[in-house]
Amino acid sequence: MDELNFTPFLLSFKLAFTVTIILLVIGIPFAWYLSRTKSKIKPVIEALTALPIVLPPSVLGFYLLVILSTSSPIGKFFWEYFNMKLVFSFEGLVVASCIYSFPFMIQPLQNGFENIDKNIIEASYLSGKGPIMTLFKVILPNMKDSLLTAIIITFAHTVGEFGVVLMVGGSIPGKTEVASVAIYDFVEMMDYEKAHIYSAIMLVISFLVLFAVYFINHKNKRKFNDVY
Amino acid sequence: MMYINVRKTLHGSEGGINLECEFELKHKEFLAISGPSGSGKTTLLRIIAGLEKAEGIIKVDNEIWLENKKFLSPQKRSIGFVFQDYALFPNMNVLENLLFVNKDQKLAKRLLEMTDIFQLKNRYPNMLSGGQKQRVAICRALMRKPKILLLDEPFSALDPDMREKLQDDIALLHKEFGLTTIMISHSPSEIYKLSDKMIQLNKGKIEKIDTPSQVLLKTDTSEKFSLEGMIIDIIRADILNVAIVSIGNRIVEIVISRNENKNLKIGDKIIISTKAFHPNIRKKEQK
Repeated sequence: MDELNFTPFLLSFKLAFTVTIILLVIGIPFAWYLSRTKSKIKPVIEALTALPIVLPPSVLGFYLLVILSTSSPIGKFFWEYFNMKLVFSFEGLVVASCIYSFPFMIQPLQNGFENIDKNIIEASYLSGKGPIMTLFKVILPNMKDSLLTAIIITFAHTVGEFGVVLMVGGSIPGKTEVASVAIYDFVEMMDYEKAHIYSAIMLVISFLVLFAVYFINHKNKRKFNDVY
Repeated sequence: MMYINVRKTLHGSEGGINLECEFELKHKEFLAISGPSGSGKTTLLRIIAGLEKAEGIIKVDNEIWLENKKFLSPQKRSIGFVFQDYALFPNMNVLENLLFVNKDQKLAKRLLEMTDIFQLKNRYPNMLSGGQKQRVAICRALMRKPKILLLDEPFSALDPDMREKLQDDIALLHKEFGLTTIMISHSPSEIYKLSDKMIQLNKGKIEKIDTPSQVLLKTDTSEKFSLEGMIIDIIRADILNVAIVSIGNRIVEIVISRNENKNLKIGDKIIISTKAFHPNIRKKEQK
């Protein structure tokens, strides 16, 4: 048996980590806006946000491939000004994954924001605190469950994606060959032994991550539940 | 000195009403606002706090809080606000709730000691009873050392004993901190006990503004006292008819004549008054 190569796993987690951080930064203001707005175009924005959930990954991957390639204006812009190629590269995977995992970050956050008691936000303003301070000291700490769910689901979903990364990233070892794609390659090459090992590792890691989330959630709930 | 003259159109369950209020408050005065639900009490309080916009003028001492385009945000107004449902920050313990407003440890300790909850300082809001939560909320509101304290039906969710304790706390703090206080309340005894001025609001307009005794104690003609109640049952006992009437939080039996019985039915709102004889008064035994 050849030595096991863990690069695809590292790549998967590096991708998921980067995507989660980026989406967290974008997602908090975006979800906050969605939870507050009474604009008529809100359903349009919500529908657009949720599209990646229903769209087949191949469709999304295809469009992204077209839009991000150097022959399109966007791809060209990044190539000319940042010297960044957005297809068949790690950067491209990050962009594609951000779009693909977007709803998984937005929806739990939006839910969390909508469930916050409006009075405690006003109480914070009446305590002399501005919106930023209120967001970090009052709102986010009181929706830890939603925040944690958003982070974990986004992370897990990015680790688990396959179609989009295959379309946009191809399968370049060490660059874009993430774990899920690597397993596919092994199966294609009939190397079931490695496919088995890789799959088992994915299974165990995924379970441990989810278990950690539910465990922490369970503990938090007991701490903050009303006694009276 | 506080001058308020505000207008706002409200969209309530019974169509729109125009809130139009003008009044003045002296330094250290205690104003109570009462009125039926939907009369605009809470909106008026929220306008004063800066939580809602309105047309008109709000001036406190020589500072303009509202006038034409000028609008001072709630963060910049010298107010403490107490919500009906406490609105404590669930992620902070009692002391942290206070120190969030302002890092003054000494003031926090003093407030918690004055309201008798210093020993609860490390508890989280979910470990407190309603009365304790409201006391924390009042302390938190005073951490800004505000000129004006606004209370939105602060005792409505509490049982009568707790209400009385909290009323004493409010009276003490109002005096001790030299506050100008505005409180929304439905309870005549509460208003009478605490305030020196009261406003009766109806459909957005000030119906009466005077001292509580002028507004509350006024009864018709020669009636010495009158109470409003509702008949919840009428019982025939031998030759007598007895009406069971609910007044405030109490239920009383009242003998009614045959004639009265004809005109009254269950569910009727009634006024019980007396003038001819002296009512008995005796001191309630302390528990």
